[in-house]
Amino acid sequence: MSTGAKKRIMKEYGECMADTPPGMKINFDEQNMTEWEVLMDGPDGSSYAGGHFKLKITFPNEYPFKPPVVSFKTKIYHPNVSNDDKGSMCLGLLRPDEWKPPNKVVAVLRLIHNLLVEPNPDDSIEPSIANEYKENRKEFDKNAKDWVKRYAK
Amino acid sequence: MDSDDDFNSSQMSDEDIMGDQDSDVSVEDGLPPAQSMDQDDVGFESQDKDIMPSKHAFDVDFTVYSPQQIQAYQDKQIEDVSSILGQPPEATAILLRHLRWNKERLIDQYMEKTEDILESAGLGETAQTHPPRLEKVAGFVCDICCEDDANQDTFAMKCEHRFCVDCYKQYLSTKIKDEGEAARIRCPGDGCNRVVDSKSLDLLVGEDIKDRYQVLLTRTYVDDKENLRWCPAPNCIYALQCGVKDKDLLQIVPTVHCECGHDFCFGCSLNDHQPAPCALVKKWLKKCEDDSETANWISANTKECPKCNSTIEKNGGCNHMTCRKCRNEFCWMCMGVWSEHGTSWYNCNRFEEKSGTEARDAQAKSRQSLERYLHYYNRYANHEQSAKLDKDIYLKTEKKMTALQTTTGMSWIEVQFLDAASQALQQCRQTLKWTYAFAYYLARNNATEIFEDNQKDLEMAVENLSEMFEKPIDQLQGLKVEMLDKTAYCTKRRIILLDDTAENLKSGNWEFNVSLS
Ligand SMILES: [Zn+2]
Ligand SMILES: [Zn+2]
Ligand SMILES: [Zn+2]
Ligand SMILES: [Zn+2]
Ligand SMILES: [Zn+2]
Ligand SMILES: [Zn+2]
Repeated sequence: MSTGAKKRIMKEYGECMADTPPGMKINFDEQNMTEWEVLMDGPDGSSYAGGHFKLKITFPNEYPFKPPVVSFKTKIYHPNVSNDDKGSMCLGLLRPDEWKPPNKVVAVLRLIHNLLVEPNPDDSIEPSIANEYKENRKEFDKNAKDWVKRYAK
Repeated sequence: MDSDDDFNSSQMSDEDIMGDQDSDVSVEDGLPPAQSMDQDDVGFESQDKDIMPSKHAFDVDFTVYSPQQIQAYQDKQIEDVSSILGQPPEATAILLRHLRWNKERLIDQYMEKTEDILESAGLGETAQTHPPRLEKVAGFVCDICCEDDANQDTFAMKCEHRFCVDCYKQYLSTKIKDEGEAARIRCPGDGCNRVVDSKSLDLLVGEDIKDRYQVLLTRTYVDDKENLRWCPAPNCIYALQCGVKDKDLLQIVPTVHCECGHDFCFGCSLNDHQPAPCALVKKWLKKCEDDSETANWISANTKECPKCNSTIEKNGGCNHMTCRKCRNEFCWMCMGVWSEHGTSWYNCNRFEEKSGTEARDAQAKSRQSLERYLHYYNRYANHEQSAKLDKDIYLKTEKKMTALQTTTGMSWIEVQFLDAASQALQQCRQTLKWTYAFAYYLARNNATEIFEDNQKDLEMAVENLSEMFEKPIDQLQGLKVEMLDKTAYCTKRRIILLDDTAENLKSGNWEFNVSLS
């Protein structure tokens, strides 16, 4: 990773600290600055309220010319998070063809926060969960809450 | 590859590569001419493709083009349109790419609402004025790398999204080299859709990236044209043109033959899969993938989950099964829902419960359909495997024959019959393989009997020829005539089968047990 990229990540960390999205805490390790651990509370009023989620944000070598990679380390029942051991997300800003180098991690964190408040079933990675979200919100809510109880307490 | 000639059609389709019939571009081509180049003149003028009969019902008309030819056509088209619009070639190229090379639509739209189309193509305002240049700007901080050195060069297009030149360069090379983008690279500015034009690009990147950019632009030209396709063979440089449209693919299987020797389907770019139509091939491959653990299926230690039908292997003695896929909990013994079992953990005494009987019936049915599938799959897979074995044996034989040439004084020409036989075997097995996928989906009617006979005859011919490769090497020379006969017979049986299937497909005589659309 270039010194330019490192400089930028440092600067972004500063920005994130000054303007952390609600309910998020960033664990930053200067020795390994390309991997951030984010602790996040399920937003109040959402299906994930009361849950505590651990996320990893990885900066690729080509950062900021390629987007950071987000993965949920805590299992979550969500149409936009893959239901496997990767817990990956791939939509909006996080897609290589959408990401522009001036975009910032803080925008990514906001995107994640917003998606927990309001999932985006039209750009889903888990079609069956997206379908349930659209067709049977009650069942979806129940499952999402169930998973919060099981995995995110 | 003699037999190949039969399948090569040199007729042009009704549309030429540029979409205008009266083109008289002459092409400087440093490469050996593609197979139907000498027919080009005829082709560009001929508009009567339907009058020209193909040799076989399964042949389609196609032409092979080199990248140089494609580039030349592209340049010519840009030049023509550039003079009509009064826009410089760089801007014209962007406009044409923006409208996916639909020249008529571009001219119409340009005449009607010039500003709108320029804006939507990312050219905005007047594209002609001020050529792009690097600038030093006092107080500038690059929003990508955060560098604020007042001496650094910066660049921005008309949209004024300014970045330091290093970041701009890095951005372009990432897009071009890593992501293979060219025609529609957008300004790096957040939310900006302006397309980076080739003049700006020239100013910013080095020669190697410019070359790559040109290659990619030619790629998008072919990708944008419905009647053009790149040969999918690795490292092959040719593009093929064929008039078969997506909507025709239920009536025809358009196998084309590239200059490099690769036979592929123009409809889906997969390897030649005649006689099976693209839609069946797609279904079949999907099915084979889903059922990849076929062998397990049949073994007594697996059952299908009564809810989602995925395969479950029993490990250990407990009858309480949980499907890994749908989390359905059921009883191994009776296939019934586990929750109905109460506390009878080790012994199932609920064999007659309704949920269990239904599940067992469904299981039996699914076994039956599985066995039907396996019947066809095994034969399909067998020909795929045998084609590889045939090739191995041939390669070994060829080695021995080379040795024999030196000891017996036989000439290279004299051993060519082996090569021809091997090629024919490969081709026939490829066809046979797909006849089994085809047959799997075929619903019985009065056309199927002839098909099955043809399949059997071809199969027999192939096995007879294949056997000959197992003969001791010193006998092979004496078997030359017999081998030549058998090779010709295989090829003939293949043509008969493909002709029959293609004709029936064209006239809609096949009925399938799945919907193709
Ligand atoms: Zn910069
Ligand atoms: Zn811009
Ligand atoms: Zn090729
Ligand atoms: Zn196809
Ligand atoms: Zn299941
Ligand atoms: Zn039972």
